[in-house]
Amino acid sequence: MNNKLSINTAKQGSVLIVGGGIGGMQAALDLANSGFNVQMVHKDSGIGGTMAMLDKTFPTGDCSMCMISPKMVELSRHINIDMHTLANVVSVEGEPGDFKVKVKLMPRYVDSEKCTGCGICEEKCPKKLTSEYEQGLTVRKAIYSLFPQALPNTRVIDRDNCIYFQKGKCKVCEKFCTANAILWEDTEKEIELNVGAIILSPGLERYNPVIRPELGFGRWPNVVTSIQFERILSASGPYQGTVMRPGDKKHPKKVAWIQCVGSRDFNNANPWCSSVCCMYATKQAMIAKDHDPDIEPAIFYIDMRTFGKDFDKYVTRAQEDYGVRYQRALISMVREEPDTGNLILRYAEQDGKLSTETFDMVVLSIGFQPHSDAASFSKIFGIELDKDLFAKTGSFTPVETSQPGIYVTGIYQGPKDIPETVMQGSAVAGKAMELLNEARGTKARIKEIVPERDVKNEDPRIGVFVCHCGFNIAGTIDIQAAVEHAKSLPNVTYAGDYLFACSKDSQDKMKEMIETDKLNRIVVAACSPRTHDVLFQETLQDTGINKYLFEMANIRNQCSWVHSADKQGATKKAKSLIQMAVSKACLLEPLYEQEVAMNRSALVIGGGLAGMTAAKNLADQGYHTYLIEKSNALGGQALNLYKTWQGDDVPEYVAESIHGIKSNPNIDVLLNTRLKKADGFVGNFQSIVETKGKEQQIDHGVTIIATGATEFKPDQYLYGKDPRVLTALELDRKLIDKNDSLKDMNTTVFIQCVGSRNKENPYCSKVCCTHAVQNAIELKTLNSAMFVFILYRDIRTFGRREELYREAREKGVIFIRYDIDTEININPGKTDLEINFISPDLQQGVKINANMLVLSTAMRAPQENPIAQLFKLPTNEDGFFIEAHVKLRPMDFAADGVFVCGLAHSPKPIDESIAQGLGAASRAVTLLSRKKAFGSAIVSKPIDENCDGCAFCIDTCPFKALTLLEYMKNGDVKKTVETNEVLCKGCGSCMATCPKLGIFVSGFTINQLNAQVEAALEIV
Amino acid sequence: MNDKFNPLIIAFCCNWCAYAAADLAGVSRLQYPVNTRIIRVMCTGMIHPNMVIDSLTKGADGVLICG
Repeated sequence: MNNKLSINTAKQGSVLIVGGGIGGMQAALDLANSGFNVQMVHKDSGIGGTMAMLDKTFPTGDCSMCMISPKMVELSRHINIDMHTLANVVSVEGEPGDFKVKVKLMPRYVDSEKCTGCGICEEKCPKKLTSEYEQGLTVRKAIYSLFPQALPNTRVIDRDNCIYFQKGKCKVCEKFCTANAILWEDTEKEIELNVGAIILSPGLERYNPVIRPELGFGRWPNVVTSIQFERILSASGPYQGTVMRPGDKKHPKKVAWIQCVGSRDFNNANPWCSSVCCMYATKQAMIAKDHDPDIEPAIFYIDMRTFGKDFDKYVTRAQEDYGVRYQRALISMVREEPDTGNLILRYAEQDGKLSTETFDMVVLSIGFQPHSDAASFSKIFGIELDKDLFAKTGSFTPVETSQPGIYVTGIYQGPKDIPETVMQGSAVAGKAMELLNEARGTKARIKEIVPERDVKNEDPRIGVFVCHCGFNIAGTIDIQAAVEHAKSLPNVTYAGDYLFACSKDSQDKMKEMIETDKLNRIVVAACSPRTHDVLFQETLQDTGINKYLFEMANIRNQCSWVHSADKQGATKKAKSLIQMAVSKACLLEPLYEQEVAMNRSALVIGGGLAGMTAAKNLADQGYHTYLIEKSNALGGQALNLYKTWQGDDVPEYVAESIHGIKSNPNIDVLLNTRLKKADGFVGNFQSIVETKGKEQQIDHGVTIIATGATEFKPDQYLYGKDPRVLTALELDRKLIDKNDSLKDMNTTVFIQCVGSRNKENPYCSKVCCTHAVQNAIELKTLNSAMFVFILYRDIRTFGRREELYREAREKGVIFIRYDIDTEININPGKTDLEINFISPDLQQGVKINANMLVLSTAMRAPQENPIAQLFKLPTNEDGFFIEAHVKLRPMDFAADGVFVCGLAHSPKPIDESIAQGLGAASRAVTLLSRKKAFGSAIVSKPIDENCDGCAFCIDTCPFKALTLLEYMKNGDVKKTVETNEVLCKGCGSCMATCPKLGIFVSGFTINQLNAQVEAALEIV
Repeated sequence: MNDKFNPLIIAFCCNWCAYAAADLAGVSRLQYPVNTRIIRVMCTGMIHPNMVIDSLTKGADGVLICG
């Protein structure tokens, strides 16, 4: 990048995002929902990245595609996101706030304006090629989309493999394309974008295990990579979710996972730990067993690194409920058994004895690495990389590159899982908004609103639009019969068929029909409302029809596609589905979303690093922020820490941050302050706080919870009884104070997992292994002659921290494993502490005489959590807050307007707390940046004359959206309920509970649902 | 037509999970009999017990609640 001299130009209200994986998507949506224009550049033909390839996700087993697909749809439809696929950035000029970016667009050879995404071209294309998305396990065509749900859903022609391009004739795709969308003459183009900030989220590459021939990948067909196995498990994958081995399509019984392939290997591969493989192998083993109970999974590992929130419990479930076998062993070789295709693994057992064992299938848990073009990619943006080609970031600036105005998220910054990528995705959005705050709204587009036609007094005049979806529907269902049936139904004024109901010309026709036939209810019989209702609803709005006067009959996904062998039955069912939709449509009424004014200030609870980071980011984006802290000082747990794992000084940074907070005019800091009462909802919270006996009310629009965690003080290993026994933070204190006694120690012993990963507290505290390794190195640096022992269960120096582990071993720190079931005995001798335990690796007792014993104690959530009670927020059994969704909403709660960050969410190191603090602020700004908060229109509505105030509904409402009211009616007290439409999520638990038909959910009333039932039972 | 029992099943499906799963079954081209009629609800929590009874008394052969 060429840096021009600063010329004080106005900042741009738009942001470039390079890479459309989940991290880039999160950043894009946060920015676009906060008044910025987003230019997304993605090198593949469709967005989604790695997450779109996964079958299920740990630790909940949720379907990956089901989670990412709605996000992709939201992104592709967003008025303020412009997507450029098959695109690469070629040059960047300018300065933070005003960059000029040249982007090269590769030809797609399909006109996305005309293409309806029907896919007939792909079906008819005669050329078959290996599918990259399916990891070579099946074929794709020369005109294709990456996967069925890919967005944009315009296919792309693979020029190098297209028969027409290579041999000059074929054009089968063109022949079948009814939309005339094939564009043979398409060419490469270059566009220039003017943006204020740049976000890099290029994603990852996987280690190629061919480099390790002893493991047999590429040689033995039944050795697969973990990403191949992911596709094998997928219901939409090459084997439709049946677990088969590629060599002979037999069902494997014994399946082995080999961990750390390409990771933690300083000689042949990548030195870092890829952070996710232990968990995904566990997940794959469990899902495989779900698919086929006869499978016997075995995972061969070095250290079980399941350090995240609820991860250890997942492994326990895998072991206890699924019978997954975990074997600590290094596999030295995989050979194929002649004739059977089975695989013989050779490994060293715990006692060092060499063993062999035969498996039917082997999965290599391959790790992550930056893209092979990471170096040239970085040069375009002028950012520095570290020695391993990850983008260089700081301990306290985890998402900032070396180039101001350019930010990084995801694996380009270091190995990490989905929630951390999402946290960083929001964090980069927060940083970009901080930079560009003054330009917010300057490039955002606003949709024009057409005045609504009042249809209340009109009889229903229903228009039914039946879609062919190319051959997708018409190939199975008799469309004409369906249209004729629709015409025969009461209140149907118009029925017609459309090749693609969603295409632009059909939408224009729909508008025309609404106007000429005075239609006031619309039924579209096509695909799913989950993907397409917004599109059609927009058309209704454009013609002044309330968008809730709309219903879809799902005759594709839930009819033609699933009944393609029964054309007659499918046609009958389609007619029935249309009749059901029409019956409901007759009863539809216009609905309106509740609007409430947004109080544009924030309350941050907890003045630790996460809370301070969130408060500062909000304040720097111009939002007034109240930061309350129950103790008498800001800083939280960071006040007790010496250095980050990268070696940066924590006390110095904390002091700087506190100064920044105190001098920020947009932040009110309230120390010695506790929350006493929390009322209200998104946009309008009223909180009562108490400072040294004095109460005051704070009005705020959003709440960020950063209440932290504390170090566990144990009642074992002589802690508190012998001054030679310390906790990890007490050692940090001595290091901060430069305590002279430290270097005089002969021998120091660290014990890991004190209060973590046991029966009572079955979770990992995530930071203690790295902390111990780091302090062991520190002690060795103070006195290289000191003996330092670390007694551990699994060393969990995840990600890039693995290099610290290596450094410690090189410096002579001795690591000895202990078993949780055998006790460690400490005898307080006069001169030394005598430490006795049994090592399962050495298979004998070990005695160490130490001068200092450091206990790596757990991180504990508060035993009593008034904040959780006041805001009615859920916590897990370990006391940490439960976020709205473990993967894609790691800062949100199910309740709108309340967010979480830092240790209150789960144990995590400083860099992650800072990223999550920024992320929580970014999520909050998606609300604060609006003048009004909108509720949903699909909410419960009490019917006063039916309601007798029994209040059954109030007890069942999971969102506390209902209140009981009393008022005077005809001289008597009448009880009734009232819905808070902002809190209500439209679940209808009230409706199902009410014995008096006294409350309904708009758009899903009992009458409307019953009309559907009755129509379904009619004979068609 | 044969005399085989040809039931009609009303399936109330939650918009956020089971309805999405039924869509995915389509995307995956999984085949199943034509006897179900899916009714989309925002949460299975909204299904009043009377709706189940009414469906059966009006002639449904089965009611499936998926969520």
